[in-house]
Amino acid sequence: MADTVQFDLVSPERLLSSVAAREVQIPSAEGDMTAMPDHAPLITTLRPGILKVTSDKGTDDYVVTGGFAEISPTGISVLAEQAIPCADITQDQYNAMVKEANDALSKAQEVFANEAGPVDEAAKLVSDMVAIGDEIGMSAR
Amino acid sequence: MPSLKDLKSRISSVKSTRKITKAMQMVAAAKLRRAQEAAEMARPYAERFNAVMGKLAASVGDNDEAPKLLRGTGSDEVQLLVVMTAERGLCGGFNGNIAKLARAEAQKLLAEGKTVKIITVGKKGRDVLKRDMGDHFIHHVDLTEVKNIGYADAQGIAREVLDRFDEGEFDVAKIFYSTFQNVVSQIPTMQQVIPFDIPETEDDAATADTLYDYEPDEAAILAQLLPRAVATAIFSGLLENGASEQGARMSAMDNATRNAGEMIEDLTIEYNRTRQAVITNELIEIISGAEAL
Repeated sequence: MADTVQFDLVSPERLLSSVAAREVQIPSAEGDMTAMPDHAPLITTLRPGILKVTSDKGTDDYVVTGGFAEISPTGISVLAEQAIPCADITQDQYNAMVKEANDALSKAQEVFANEAGPVDEAAKLVSDMVAIGDEIGMSAR
Repeated sequence: MPSLKDLKSRISSVKSTRKITKAMQMVAAAKLRRAQEAAEMARPYAERFNAVMGKLAASVGDNDEAPKLLRGTGSDEVQLLVVMTAERGLCGGFNGNIAKLARAEAQKLLAEGKTVKIITVGKKGRDVLKRDMGDHFIHHVDLTEVKNIGYADAQGIAREVLDRFDEGEFDVAKIFYSTFQNVVSQIPTMQQVIPFDIPETEDDAATADTLYDYEPDEAAILAQLLPRAVATAIFSGLLENGASEQGARMSAMDNATRNAGEMIEDLTIEYNRTRQAVITNELIEIISGAEAL
């Protein structure tokens, strides 16, 4: 069994990282999962959260805001809508993300007043954002 | 015959024009490099995205459960053309070529009795199409204020298009932009984004056969990805356009600079000839005056 797997993190604007990873923790839509080399082929969507990549050089953390991941035994590609290294993220960027989530929630409450589905989804987005804030030590307000 | 003074002022005016075109060429060259880099950096995302889309679309197939964005509304009566051009002129045939392609498509559709709606992105395309297609315009996206095209801009346009699709305003959407080949050639391109045109994946059969697990399930993922596919297609169109625009401007300005140089040469020859004629004239006058004495 190989001990590393090719990992690529790409956002629409550029390739953020391409390393040989030992394990990758992915915030997938149905819960965090850790992918290691020789993982079964899987395609999953992402929720906003923290992506952790462990390679020989250490661990890199990224804040991702959705997108999807393609996992195969020999390669893991994460296609994120927006991805920022945790070390570089600023309070302003974080505030903008939280604001967007809150706006989506209030819009959902307005448009789908009688349907639970979309409102719950938007509320989940907000709580995901708050959870990111806790992780990187920033407050949601 | 123009006087010496006229010639002199024409030469100096052409010279300053040449300076301007030269400067524009250099600015375009610098911007081209940046635009090309941006286009190249966006390529990995688009490639991988399309590969995954191909796999997903193949596994969901053509059944009735498939989302409308993938299989279409079942009609092609109302077509939306998203024409993406530059915000500025002075870039050779760049804007005109895209507009020409869009106009040809619109006329073809109209001849077939279909309804055409047009969204323009970029001021120049709107100006060119306004005269004969102005009635079909439904929206205009202004990117004048945008210096560097970001994914957010593409998302904005995509949302505009998708909202209209959800409201049943059209059945088929096509985007028009220019593919960047190199500095001298940019190819106006038409691409269908709704229903989603499944790209040819270049993966070999081995990977195509791999059975993927899907989380949540294929349909849910597809429903999330299809709107993004529209945004991604628009984004790469915008980036290609950005590089093409600068490339076209660079070669147009190079031509202009060269033409100005030729013009200066011609004018200088004429100027010198006229000056010589004036001198000869004066000499003849002096000599004949002296002989008369």
